[in-house]
Amino acid sequence: MKIPRTPWLLVVAAGFWAVVQLLRLVGFNDYYLFIANLSLVYVILAVSLNLINGIIGQFSLGHMGFAAVGAYVSGSITTLIYKLSPNVAAHYPGFVLALVAGGVAAALVGVAIGFPTLRLKGDYLAIVTLGFGEIIRTIFNNIDAVGGPRGLLGIPKFSTFTVILAFALITVAVIRNIAESAHGRNMIAIRENELAADLVGIDTTGYKVKVFALGAFFAGVGGGLYAHLLQIAHPTQFGFIYSVQVLIMVYAGGVGSLTGSVLAAFALTILTQVLKSFLSWLKAVTDLPIGGDWYMVVYALLLILIMLYRTEGLMGTREAKLMVIPEEDEK
Amino acid sequence: MKRTLSIVALAMLVALALVSCAPKGPAEIIIGGVGPVSGEAATFGKSTQEGCELAVEEWNAKGGVLGQQIKLVYEDDKGDAAEGAAVWTKLIQQDKVVAIVGTVMSKVSLAGAPISEQYGVPMISPTSTNPAVTFADGKLREFVFRACFIDPFQGTVGAKFAFDDLGARKAAAIFDVGNDYTKGLSEFFRDTFIALGGEIVAFEAHATGATDFKAQLTKIVQAKPDVVYISDYYNDVALIAKQLRELGFTGPLVGGDGWDSPDLVKLGGEAVENGFFTNHYSKDDTRPEVQDFVKKYTAKFGAAPDALATLAYDAMNIMLDAISRAGSTEGVKIRDALKATDFAAVSGRTMFDEQHNPVKAAAIIEIKGGQQVYRTTVAP
Repeated sequence: MKIPRTPWLLVVAAGFWAVVQLLRLVGFNDYYLFIANLSLVYVILAVSLNLINGIIGQFSLGHMGFAAVGAYVSGSITTLIYKLSPNVAAHYPGFVLALVAGGVAAALVGVAIGFPTLRLKGDYLAIVTLGFGEIIRTIFNNIDAVGGPRGLLGIPKFSTFTVILAFALITVAVIRNIAESAHGRNMIAIRENELAADLVGIDTTGYKVKVFALGAFFAGVGGGLYAHLLQIAHPTQFGFIYSVQVLIMVYAGGVGSLTGSVLAAFALTILTQVLKSFLSWLKAVTDLPIGGDWYMVVYALLLILIMLYRTEGLMGTREAKLMVIPEEDEK
Repeated sequence: MKRTLSIVALAMLVALALVSCAPKGPAEIIIGGVGPVSGEAATFGKSTQEGCELAVEEWNAKGGVLGQQIKLVYEDDKGDAAEGAAVWTKLIQQDKVVAIVGTVMSKVSLAGAPISEQYGVPMISPTSTNPAVTFADGKLREFVFRACFIDPFQGTVGAKFAFDDLGARKAAAIFDVGNDYTKGLSEFFRDTFIALGGEIVAFEAHATGATDFKAQLTKIVQAKPDVVYISDYYNDVALIAKQLRELGFTGPLVGGDGWDSPDLVKLGGEAVENGFFTNHYSKDDTRPEVQDFVKKYTAKFGAAPDALATLAYDAMNIMLDAISRAGSTEGVKIRDALKATDFAAVSGRTMFDEQHNPVKAAAIIEIKGGQQVYRTTVAP
């Protein structure tokens, strides 16, 4: 008998939630909670990018462009309802709807740019998506109604740990189930050899557009959560360098491995925070010539080492499996 | 393995807790400092850090504040709002700072301000000019102050100077459309200049990172203005000034504190002569605070202080002055003391208005013979 995986994910997420709530009682302060929240937002962004870059193998460099759409759309909606009545608790249903609206808007944009561009391959697609990300950013930079270069301000702080965790769970569950379905096999076929996939009758462009839309949807939701965590949506927070940051998580974790993306999103977010304290401590203890201000250098060095010695990323294309689940069931 | 994964993640979070929980030493007052020491605005962050360090050093030499030594914990925000929010929470929750001086970029201060507000830890941003940092959605942020004047102020002063001192009646403006600072300055220059009775003959935007401004400048020159207002940063100002002179414009140029760099004259040469800009202070000002600060800073860091170092130094001094007047490290008491500030800072005697913006005069600096020369002081 095969145990469906989604309940297991739910158990893990609930366990994580419970542990954090317990730790809150013993000195797990708001700073750690913020890092956990930020990591979970990156989980959503990295896993959704992995669907595009890893599962179906299309190199996208404009992921934060979709996140920007989600952030601005959901941020505009919640700012508006928050102004009408500043009762935070009453707005959670509205917040969830606003996030979904942001995701849908991002998905529509994904379809709109997917149709003309997904016939392109490899480097060409990368360049187009790169350009797209910058276009989105520039558009928001020039719309005064959402603050222009000042950014969209006054976004209420609705992104709580529970909400972000719930959305991260949904993202991972949905994308994982798709990746493991027959559709997922078709996507992997496209990744491995697009011509061969086309020959066996897979609608390659159709799949690519759908995947782009789905990836964009979750990126939009992630962007919305990001904006409601920082209480600001600013054009420069969605620039090229931020797309690359998510891309690094995907590649460091392993392209095609959702587990890897989850792991890398946590590891890299926490690493940037820990490294500085760690280096300062190391300097104090061992007379090391470098101190806390070298943390970005060490961070970059670690990434280079990962890419040199584990070219396929930490997890390769493998997925984490719970021991109770048999490897592959013969039907 | 999914479970292993979350255990690994948790283990890392716990490790983070252990690493950063350094044992607390004897009684000292901990002040947080924040600035972008890495990233695109790294030089700004470094200057800010030096300004903060110098101020803390001086106070400690005089015996600290409230009879205790001051410890500065300076954090890097990378010019990133998310990192800013993380750093703010860390300083307040982890390092238990009593107040924060930071940060440079408005978007990062905007991410930090709600956190200061939430925990009741007062902050002064030395250089964030976005009005929403202290006053957002018609509501004052009780614990948030700033040490620099905001965009409306510089635009207003620039317009007044152009109208009264330079006697200009027709003005043109050019600005970077992708930068809220330059856009804000130009808009307020325009509004004030019109209110004074002048005429704006051209109001031209250029894209961020543009190097050829001929299209906009040709329009400006054809409109025959008496003065051109350039609110860009020094590198763009140099380019614009050169191209403007090539097109035959000989009149005065006016701008904001983005001009304040030794590189302006190096890049702009002859073209930036007959240029004037509003600034926080002038190094040539004879007030003892100014001369004292310039001497000490140069001796310690081997270079003359820029505006960011000066404002950070002022912000830190204003904060420490407030703590000593409050007689307590309680957030609410420091806040009340800050509200009552009347401090002789390097950038001028500083008080706070009802929106927690500083009330002080601006210095007008003239570019003359390749030098920055103090011209006059203009109050709004």
